[in-house]
Amino acid sequence: MGLTAIFFYLFATLALASGAMVIVAKNPVHAVLFLIVTFFNAAGLFILLGAEFLAMLLVIVYVGAVAVMFLFVVMMLDVDFAELRAGFIKNAPVGLIVGGVVLAELVALLSARAIVPPPVAATGAPIPRDVTNTEALGQLLYTKYVYFFQGAGLVLLVAMIGAIVLTLHHRQGVKRQSIADQVARGPKTAVKMVKVASGGSVVPDAPKR
Amino acid sequence: MEIGLAHYLTVAACLFTLGMFGIFLNRKNVIIILMSVEMMLLAVNINFVAFSHFHGDLVGQVFSLFILTVAAAESAIGLAIIVVFFRNRGSIAVEDINMMKG
Repeated sequence: MGLTAIFFYLFATLALASGAMVIVAKNPVHAVLFLIVTFFNAAGLFILLGAEFLAMLLVIVYVGAVAVMFLFVVMMLDVDFAELRAGFIKNAPVGLIVGGVVLAELVALLSARAIVPPPVAATGAPIPRDVTNTEALGQLLYTKYVYFFQGAGLVLLVAMIGAIVLTLHHRQGVKRQSIADQVARGPKTAVKMVKVASGGSVVPDAPKR
Repeated sequence: MEIGLAHYLTVAACLFTLGMFGIFLNRKNVIIILMSVEMMLLAVNINFVAFSHFHGDLVGQVFSLFILTVAAAESAIGLAIIVVFFRNRGSIAVEDINMMKG
């Protein structure tokens, strides 16, 4: 067994084991941490497949951004997760049946595919052997798929704006600094001349807000 | 033993099934459901990259990149919706999500 095979089985086993832990973990924080382990091992599989750029992207985007975002949300929301786990066992048989059927279908598909001869040659963009994976991906992405690339950027922009719009909320009764108001304030609005009779007193009006 | 395409596809199939099983298992917890969806998308990505490698075609990796983009956008929006929902209702249990009477 070669080194590649050893590493493949290591990454695959760890990915599947931590993937199973994601869905059975009692504590959602642990589930997120196991999700991170799954992503790391998937990145290892990607490296074995020669997709170094995607592997690094997986580590940076998923582990660095998405999983940490999950962690933030899990820790930020004060939810009784034990209550959410009620019906865990009750739902298991249905899930097992559906999952088993899907897995059986996928495995049947794989074994049926073994009979079919593999495609003769790559048609789209053959992987160049003389440049690195990142360079090859860039040469393809910035030329042939540049519009899709821009579209992906647009999707991310819309997601960003959407998330901000959804979660932004103005609390009532909070005193905030308004620079425009401060700049617009002058002697006309700030100073008020009052005649005070000798011996009398004047109670100023409460300032308008 | 040589590691072939079928090995990677099997791993991806198992991961996909795990994600689907997770949705059934944690039917009340939206956050775990979102994580399960992420895992299923990861399985799809593994499929794409494996096919890309064994067929010598780089387009699979390009497509995988776009899947990654969409998955990140989806989880960002999903988590934002969860935060807003929790702020409004004080709960994220799935059966409480019936405000739209769908």
